[in-house]
Amino acid sequence: MKGQTGGDASAPAWSRRRLLGGIGAAAGMAAASIIPLTQIPVAESQGAAGQAPAKSGARQWAFVIDMRRCDGCLYCTKACQKEHFLPKDHEWIKVFEIKDRQGRKSYMPRLCMMCENPPCLKVCPTAATFKNPEGVVLVDQSKCIGCRMCMAACPYEARYFNYKDPIKPPSPFDNPMPEFPVPQQKGTVGKCILCVHNADKGKLPFCVDACTMDALYVVDLNSDVMTNGSGETYVFSKYIYDNDAYRYKEELNTSPRVWYVAGHGQALDF
Amino acid sequence: MTASSMESGIREAAIRPVLRGGWRWWAIFALLTVIISVGGVAYAYQLKDGLAVTGLDQRTSWGFYISNLIFFMGISYGAAIASAVMRLTDVPWRRGLTRMLESIALAAALAGALFPVIDLGRPERGWYLFRYGQIGSPVVWDVIVVTNYLVALILFLYLPLIPDFAYCRDQLGDRLGRVRRVSYRALALGWSGQPGQRKVLRQGITVMSILIIPVAMAVPSVLAWLFSVTVRPGWNSTIFAPYFVLGAVFSGVAALVIIMAVIRKAYHLESIITEQHFRMLGYGLIALAGAYLYFMISEYVTEGYKMTGETGSQLELLMTGDLAWVFWLFVVGGVLLPMATIAIPLTRNILGITVASIAIVLGMFVKRFLIVVPGLAESVLPTDVLKAYEPTWVEVAITLAAAAAIPWLLMIFFRLFPVISIHEFEAAHPDGPPPSAVAGVTGGK
Repeated sequence: MKGQTGGDASAPAWSRRRLLGGIGAAAGMAAASIIPLTQIPVAESQGAAGQAPAKSGARQWAFVIDMRRCDGCLYCTKACQKEHFLPKDHEWIKVFEIKDRQGRKSYMPRLCMMCENPPCLKVCPTAATFKNPEGVVLVDQSKCIGCRMCMAACPYEARYFNYKDPIKPPSPFDNPMPEFPVPQQKGTVGKCILCVHNADKGKLPFCVDACTMDALYVVDLNSDVMTNGSGETYVFSKYIYDNDAYRYKEELNTSPRVWYVAGHGQALDF
Repeated sequence: MTASSMESGIREAAIRPVLRGGWRWWAIFALLTVIISVGGVAYAYQLKDGLAVTGLDQRTSWGFYISNLIFFMGISYGAAIASAVMRLTDVPWRRGLTRMLESIALAAALAGALFPVIDLGRPERGWYLFRYGQIGSPVVWDVIVVTNYLVALILFLYLPLIPDFAYCRDQLGDRLGRVRRVSYRALALGWSGQPGQRKVLRQGITVMSILIIPVAMAVPSVLAWLFSVTVRPGWNSTIFAPYFVLGAVFSGVAALVIIMAVIRKAYHLESIITEQHFRMLGYGLIALAGAYLYFMISEYVTEGYKMTGETGSQLELLMTGDLAWVFWLFVVGGVLLPMATIAIPLTRNILGITVASIAIVLGMFVKRFLIVVPGLAESVLPTDVLKAYEPTWVEVAITLAAAAAIPWLLMIFFRLFPVISIHEFEAAHPDGPPPSAVAGVTGGK
């Protein structure tokens, strides 16, 4: 039959179609090789709690927020802004007031959810957003072009754009890097970094340290341990099971790494 | 009137603007240059102080610039697709319009393609899109399709221009400066009008007319995906790509009507561009408006029936909330009234159709704003606070500059090449004399 040369042994070895196909494939490969493969972000660890770490000895950071304890004092927000030299409108940890049907208030702190499947990372055109081996989503502000696509993509509105000149820290020895982006860079996007710079020094994130209500816990999924600013320590998997912890907007398949424990009695109508 | 004398009339009318501008031309050109310069100053100010000079904030992080990108690019590929479809279907009345459509397409694309750069927080890092380009990002898809489109568009405009460049080379030689003489000679690519050349050119134009349709459609589709790959309410929609394509053609044809009306008067082309052209495009606009309404209704009915969470409150915001007056202004003023104006025989004339087209273009500008901003202005977190976004003078000045850049570019284009494709008129009279046989018909005043 005409046009079916695929299995025909008598067809010339290099028909025009095959030649064109070959050229097309070569062009495709050439185009693909222009894009540095190392720039394509690879989710470093898709595994949840209990899986082998992506890197030997690496932690897998996560977070627990106990809304039964949060009283909306905003110490976490203030500590974060002070320590990272952030302006007032950059609330890397932001506390939302929720009212139930009886008008009773509860508070919901929101930080970066450190999604295992982060929408912000997928849409970043220059791979400035990446995930470190410990599962922390970070921004390399020296690569960010400021298109703000990630801000539109983040379902948690956890990203902040530096419209103005950033606040300068007093130290002249500042060395901004993704793990400690201080000072921020004007015209780029910043976000919660789960204070990975502190983790290496054995310190807690600033918000956890500042929380006088002990409502914030930092978690290592690998060792299955969680702890708060007062040193209360629990087995993470047992704690979230016993307290019916949930993840915010889990249905979006972002696999967030922040677990919430709902407050007492509220209708939680949100 | 013999065929050749009609042709020489067309040639004269089409070539006159190439030869001299006149004081009116210079006055309008100067005015547009001033508007563009003000936009340039505004952008310089933005470069200095950053995007803080805009009305954008942490909530509404995309505003006028992104909606302008959709609007201006929309006019561009709308015009390109309309021209390609007219060429392929070979409607007889298209001959006076295709050159104009293709020029509008290029001018609007050049104006629109600046907005992604203007919107960047770090424009000096724009080249990182190539250095670090991450193919999974819709922003990179955009860079690819827009670049591709611009190249295709230049070819699409250039191919039918070759015989006209040859005409300028042969007929205007002694009346032009050296630079233009040499340029026309180079751009004409040795065109002599032989049958072989004509055949190749005809084939080339046909191929480009077919190619430009998917290439142009890719742009609004990918622009639409900038929004619909996110989960923002109002953006999270499967209908967005065809919706944007249709909106583009709708606003592109309306823009053609406006520019056609201006050019007809300014360049004295009443005998070439007739009321018939306006009527035919008017019918097209009614069909496009109906199709756009159909898309809107099918989107809002299916979402409004469910009124799920964030999408529901987004619909309330548009239909009955703070932005309702803008939305209904668009529906009535930008779609229904223009449809009626063109449909009623009493107003179905050049003036009526032009006024309707102005309303459509303004309406589509508003609609683009209503797509971009409310999707961001309403938070998807447990807070009711709605942040109002208002553009600052910087954003307004840059927008006006881009709008002025389109007629400004067209004025330059039509000084460089004929506003009507002489070659296409000749094609209607294959027995007519070749360009070199008709000497000295240019008769500038």
